[in-house]
Formats: sequence, C-alpha cells, structure tokens
Amino acid sequence: MNKFSYIPNTEADRKKMLDVIGVQAVEDLFTDIPEKARFKGDLDIPKALSEMELTRLFNRLASENKNLEDYTNFLGAGAYQHFVPSVVDSIISRSEFFTAYTPYQPEISQGVLQAIFEYQTIVCELTGMEVSNASVYDGQTALGEACFMAAGATRRNKVLVAQTVNPDYREVLKTYAYGQNIEVVEVGMQNGLLDRADLAAKLDDTIAAVMVQYPNFFGSIEDLKWIGEQAHAQKALFVVAVNPIAMGLLESPGACGADIVVGEGQSLGNSIAFGGPYLGMLATTKEHVRRIPGRVVGQTKDLDGRRAFVLTLQAREQHIRREKASSNICSNQALNALAATVYASYMGKQGMQELASLNLQKAHYAFKRLTSIAGVEPLFTAPFFNEFAIKINGNVADVNRKLLEHKIIGGYDLATTYPELEGGMLIAVTELRTKEDIDTFAERLEAIL
Amino acid sequence: MRQEQDNKLIFELSVPGRISYSLPELDVPEENIEDLIPVDYIRKSPARLPELAELDLVRHFTRLSKRNHGVDDGFYPLGSCTMKYNPKRNERMARIPGFAQIHPLQPIETVQGALELMYNLQLELAEITGMDEVSLQPAAGAHGEWTGLMMIRAYHEARGEQRTTVIVPDTAHGTNPASATVAGYRTVTVKSNERGGVDLEELRKAVNEDTAALMLTNPSTLGLFEDQIIEIAEIVHEAGGLLYYDGANANAILGYARPGDMGFDVVHLNLHKTFTTPHGGGGPGSGPVGVKSQLIPFLPKPRVEQQGDQFVLNWDRPQSIGKVKGFWGNFGINVRAYAYIRTMGPDGLKRVTEDAVLNANYMMARLKPHFDLPFDQVCKHEFVLSGRQFKKEYGVKTLDIAKRLLDFGVHPPTIYFPLNVEESIMIEPTETENLQTLDGFCDIMIQIAEEARTNPDLVKNAPYNTKVNRLDETTAARNPVLRFEYTADL
Repeated sequence: MNKFSYIPNTEADRKKMLDVIGVQAVEDLFTDIPEKARFKGDLDIPKALSEMELTRLFNRLASENKNLEDYTNFLGAGAYQHFVPSVVDSIISRSEFFTAYTPYQPEISQGVLQAIFEYQTIVCELTGMEVSNASVYDGQTALGEACFMAAGATRRNKVLVAQTVNPDYREVLKTYAYGQNIEVVEVGMQNGLLDRADLAAKLDDTIAAVMVQYPNFFGSIEDLKWIGEQAHAQKALFVVAVNPIAMGLLESPGACGADIVVGEGQSLGNSIAFGGPYLGMLATTKEHVRRIPGRVVGQTKDLDGRRAFVLTLQAREQHIRREKASSNICSNQALNALAATVYASYMGKQGMQELASLNLQKAHYAFKRLTSIAGVEPLFTAPFFNEFAIKINGNVADVNRKLLEHKIIGGYDLATTYPELEGGMLIAVTELRTKEDIDTFAERLEAIL
Repeated sequence: MRQEQDNKLIFELSVPGRISYSLPELDVPEENIEDLIPVDYIRKSPARLPELAELDLVRHFTRLSKRNHGVDDGFYPLGSCTMKYNPKRNERMARIPGFAQIHPLQPIETVQGALELMYNLQLELAEITGMDEVSLQPAAGAHGEWTGLMMIRAYHEARGEQRTTVIVPDTAHGTNPASATVAGYRTVTVKSNERGGVDLEELRKAVNEDTAALMLTNPSTLGLFEDQIIEIAEIVHEAGGLLYYDGANANAILGYARPGDMGFDVVHLNLHKTFTTPHGGGGPGSGPVGVKSQLIPFLPKPRVEQQGDQFVLNWDRPQSIGKVKGFWGNFGINVRAYAYIRTMGPDGLKRVTEDAVLNANYMMARLKPHFDLPFDQVCKHEFVLSGRQFKKEYGVKTLDIAKRLLDFGVHPPTIYFPLNVEESIMIEPTETENLQTLDGFCDIMIQIAEEARTNPDLVKNAPYNTKVNRLDETTAARNPVLRFEYTADL
C-alpha cells in the first residue's frame, strides 16, 4: 500500500517505469550525484502526520494566538482589519484560479488574464492613474520599485522620503535603494505632516523622487498638490503611497499630480494574516509605462478577431531582458490582486464611498471620545481619515497589556519607531468597529489611566 | 469553429443602481464630511467601479474561472515551475482564524503560536537544505535571490572588499542576472559544456578578485545534476567568492543532496514549487533564504528566535541587510508549506524526490524515440527536448506543438527555455501525477509528432478547442491597451 496520499505511484507502477527506463532501482537514477555531495542520513525533521494529527497540531498552534475574531482590534499601522465579504473567499478558492500559474499560455488562461486586466482598471480608477501593473509583493516593496523607476526616469540617484511615511516602508526602501546605490534622505515632520521648510531645504535638481504617504503613517492627510508642485519644480517624480480604502473619499493622487502611486492593497479583501501575503499596488502614467516592474496584461485580439488578453510589454521583464530588466520580479501577488478585484467589484462605485465614509465617521467619533478622557490628548491636529494618533499619560505597552485583559488590542506604540513620541498611540478604526466597541475601549482606557 | 464572442468585462456588465455590498448603518453621530476634511482634499468624482448584483458578480468570476487551467483541471508539466498538487488541507490550515486573523504588530505574547510555527519552519528548511539558518522574509524566488545577493554583498563589504560581479551559467533563470543587477552587481555569463554543465575552464577564466558569487541551479534548468559541483565550489571559494543556490529545482534533491553539503553558502527555496503552496495564477509565493554560519549576521531583520520558552522577534541585528519586505514575509504561504512538510515527514520528502525523478526519466524514455533529446543522460525532476527537427523539416515550431497540446486539455511544458537549447520543450511532471496521466501525455506528444510529419498544418493552426484562438501579441505590445476605457454611454 502507498503511504502518501499526494504520491500515486504504487510499487507495481514503479517497477513498470524502471523497466521502461532500463534501470534496476530508483537509486540508480541518483548516481549522478557525486559521493561527496550525497546526503546519506535521514532528514532530521518530525515524522509524517495524518490529516487528523496535522489538524490537531495546527489548531493547537493557532490557539496560542489571540485572533481578531475574539478580540476587539484598534491596531493598524500598515495592516488593516476590514470586513471581507463571503464572495471574496468563494471566488479565490476556485482552484482554476489558485492552482494555475502565471498565464504564459493565454489561450487557456483568459480567466486570470481578464481578471488582472480588470484589476489594473480598478487600480487606475482608485488612484487616478493611467496604467497599473499586475501587482508586486506589498506596499513596502512597491515603494522600493517606485524608487528604481524614479531613479531610472530622472537619471538621478537620491530620493526624499517623508518621515511621515510608515517606518516599515522606509526600512524596506533603504534596503532596496542600497542595492542600487541610491541615497535615501528623510524629510522631517511637523504636526504629523511633512515639514514644508525641510522639504524646501532638501529638494533640488539632484532629487529623483519625493515620496509621501496618503493618508500618512499617522493617518493624517498630506497636502499632495503642494508637495507635487514642489517636486515637479525640480523635475523630480512625485511618488505617493496610498491606502486604497481612503480612495473612496479622498482626492485621487493622480488628480494631485502623482507620477507613481504605490499602495498596500491588503485592505481590499485580503485577510490580515500576520503580515502577508499582501498586495503591492503600483500605478503610473503612460509616460513611464516601459519602466514599470513585473507583469502587465494588455488587451488584444485573437486570430478570429475576438477580444482577448495577454501578458504584454514583456521586453521589460527578467525572462527576456535578463540583467537589463526593469525589475527582477517574477512571481507576484496575483491571487491577492484577484481578491482585491472581487472586493472592489462587490463594493462598487457606491459601496466604496459608503465604506470610506463609515471609516471616517467612526474614526472621528473614536477620536472625540478618546480625547475627552483625562490623560488623553490629540497628538496632532491635522485632518485624518481612519487612523489617528493620541498621546496618553502612561506607557503605551503597559496600557496595551492591560487592555488585552479586556479582550481589546490597543493601538500601535509610536515610541517603537519614533522615540520622540513617547506616549503616542496610533489608533485605527475601520467599519468593523461599532459604537459599543469604541465606547468600551474608551471606558477601559479611562479606567487604566 | 469557436462559437464564443467577446467575453464581457465586469465594467460592461455594470448597471447604475445595482449593488452587491452590504454595509451596516452608521451607529455614531454623523458629522459633516466638510467639517472633518478640507474640501480640497475630497474626491470630486468617484472611482468608476462596477455596479452589479451579487449573483451577477459571482457568475462573472465563475465564468472567468472556467476560462482558466489549473493543476486541479489537468496535467501542468510546466518545467521549472513544479506544478504539483496543492493540498486542500493546507488551505484549511491557513484559514484557521488563529493564523488568518492575527495582526502582525500584536504584542508578541499574543502570537506565540505563529512565531513557533515560523521558528520550526526555519529549522526544518535549514535541515532540508543543510544550511545553518533560514529567514522566511522574502516573498518569492526572485526576491530570495536578491536578498541572498544583498547578504553576499554585505558579507564582502564587512570584510572590506568591493567585489563587483556575479557569475551565472547561460542556463540560468532570467531572474538570476536580473537580481544581480538589482543588488548592484554586473553579470558575467559562462557557457555550458557539451554535457549541459558548467564548463570548468570557462569558469576558471571568469572568476577573479571581482567575483562576489556564482549563482547556480542544481539540478540545472536542463534537469541535469551538476556532478562537478564540488570542484566548482572550490574554484569559486578559492577566488574569495561565495556560492549561491537557486532552489527552483529543489524538488529533485530532497533527502538525496543538500546545497549546504555541496558547498553552497546561500540558498533560496520556492515554497510555491517544492513545498506545494498554490501558485495563485502568478503568486503569492514565498522565497525563504538559508545561509551558512558566516552569513548569519547579515540575514534580514527581525529574526524569529527562541529565548527560553518564548518566541521573539529579534531586531538587534547590527550587521543585517535590513528589511526586505513588509512585516515578516508571506506568513499565510509559510503556514501552508509547514503543513506540507509536517504531512510528508523525512520519508515522504525523500519519496517526493524519488517519484519526481522517476516520473521525469520515464517520460524521457518514452519520448526519446520521437523527439530530439539534446542531453541524453539520466535527468532529475525535469528534462528538455528540442523541436528543432520539426521546425527544420516540417516548419512546425515548438510554439505550434505547445498550442496543439492545448487541444488535449493539458498545459504545455515550458517552451523556449533554457535558452541554450534550440526550440526547447522543458517537461516537469512532478511526483503527484499518476502513470496513466504520464502515459496519456506521452501518447499525445507522440501523436503530435506524427501530425507534424504527416499533416503539419494541423499543428501549425492549432489550437482548435480553446475558448480563444492564438493572440496577436505584437499589436498588444505595440499599442498597449492596459485598462478598460469608459465610453460616454457606460
């Protein structure tokens, strides 16, 4: 009997195959591995588990995590808990999608190709840009790719990034930039927004790009038009990292002069999953389309004149251009992009606006409610969307530990990445939080402080 | 003749006023939006997203799914991509709320199970590859390559050396040279010898004090094990360079050979290939990197570590190359890969490799009499045929053969790669396919070979049974239409 359900060959099958090959034993097919390179022992990993045992093990591991279905969550800071409608998992679980690979054979891959074409359209609509790629790994790496695009387009090797951009994005950006010998210079902040004077001081004709986030890490809304004008005055590209949910309410970066828009598409129907897999959105103008990284789907016709879709502009890509490619990316986040496409289609034109409005209203209610507590103050006064920073009279980590006892996951401790913001807590409020959730959070916080 | 006309885009199905969404009423006092956000910042015209009722939305995407071929639909011998079965139980594990519904920045004591899983996966991948430590942060194979090269660069720089080149064989995946460029290196390509391996003389000429690393896929993209690997490692190490293992073909060596024992210093794995996580129509993948001890200080931060009975994220890594991705990597994919490794155990993984290699050699033996086999020797998990005789004698290209295969409900092999084989056809069956499937595919290939000889136009005009015919790819690239454009009446 076979021991492994994923391997169909029986001993009889093996025997028959070995006869056709003309060898005695399977081991004879490994004689090309030189003795010195041969692994002779048994791999020291745990023995095989049945499906039942596996399920038990995974349930045990999962139970040692406090999950957001059991806890009331106010943590965001780059990963957001939104409601994921049932249709999303239903569609992305169709194995014709999830067990396929990159659509190299378009005649039998029109499903994925058309879905990506629809995704590209949705990203363009949300961001106000002209072209989108088929996705990159996440918002952080998308910013890294945007940095390469900007350096290539301007032939300059220095970028400015606002300190109000998510620290995790800046960390990844620095790693990407280092590889290409691009200098990353940070622009300071004031009142939770980019410091205009510091930008003016650092921006000159050696700068490839000015990079900001919208809303920024603190949830505050930067003045995109003004920043974009400054960037363009020095012929630098204007790069904006977005939260796509905010695009249901805020002016699109495209309408504010952005040259490249990146974003974390996780919010669009992807589960929060301890940080990944997420969805790197990347959109730009037609001018820069040939610098775009990774897969892009285009519309064409088949030989009978039918509309059809195909991977296109492949002359940019690694499998054709090799060392001269615009990026090394190959696998992307196609299934996450499909989830985003289903999600955005489910929300639709009207739903996306209502959703943004729910986020905005609830966050502002929470802001009012929390800042009315003695010992809690607003950290900044800038306008915000669904995330905001408060200053508490106490240690944020300690407070969060006490909140956990009440099944509340508190906000992000800003001192972790901004030591000067001791006592700062960044709070995200999405459509999932009810008035009751917010009131309870406020009551508990008040009792703790 | 195909009946089907243009398949509608979701935007063309949109009818103003229809909805799928279901949102709760606002339960907090409503404020004037203009009082909260400056009017200048408010969007003037909404994103034109489609408006459909829920059933129409579901039907649209279901229709799209039926226009797509996945592993669950049929054979998918796409060489170098390891299109094996994606176990359903892995999907179930990844969807447990304790994994799918946890925030990456939750207090560390509330995510101990997730960190334990990551820690154990790191250990097991290190054991499987013979490396000392593993990071799960890279999101995909190419991302792992670049991460590995960045570590190699940091290693040389820490020793005060500015090495500038990365050597790749001409059989390498395109991502190898592309990753080298992104990591700031110049690529030097070395030609293969007549046995499909690295030409040692060429390699000796190529290595020097500028050599940062050699990137090697072993078995190579020809499906051949590089039996000179020990000598190659010596040559590169003697010049002060490091050896990088592209793990795309790791399905061929589980339990039989480990990159660490072959002399490699850095390795990446594609969990979406060898370790059964789904390819998702192009992703997400996961591309962990493993290193030998001298490179541990340079691994991406934070590291998942065990301190006493606690699992922690250690950020105190002064020599780390930094972060390469948001948060801690594609966790959901890593959960699936861990489920697979625990399902197979050491015996199972070894059996995976045995049957992957057996299946490939069996197909090679069956197809050899009918196709040109440029490298006629034992292969590993895949092998490469050439269609050059059909092109030369009958004008039937490898592309035509691939398109004809579509009519039989199988996904064609990888074609026109590797680049050093003319009209190449790269076949990777994987261990999850049964003998009847392998025989069925071989029979089809033999039939197509016969058709090419007797009725070449039949092959040249294929496919006949697909939803769409061959596409005009030239126009698509020349006049790119990359999004749906609304017309006034929509």
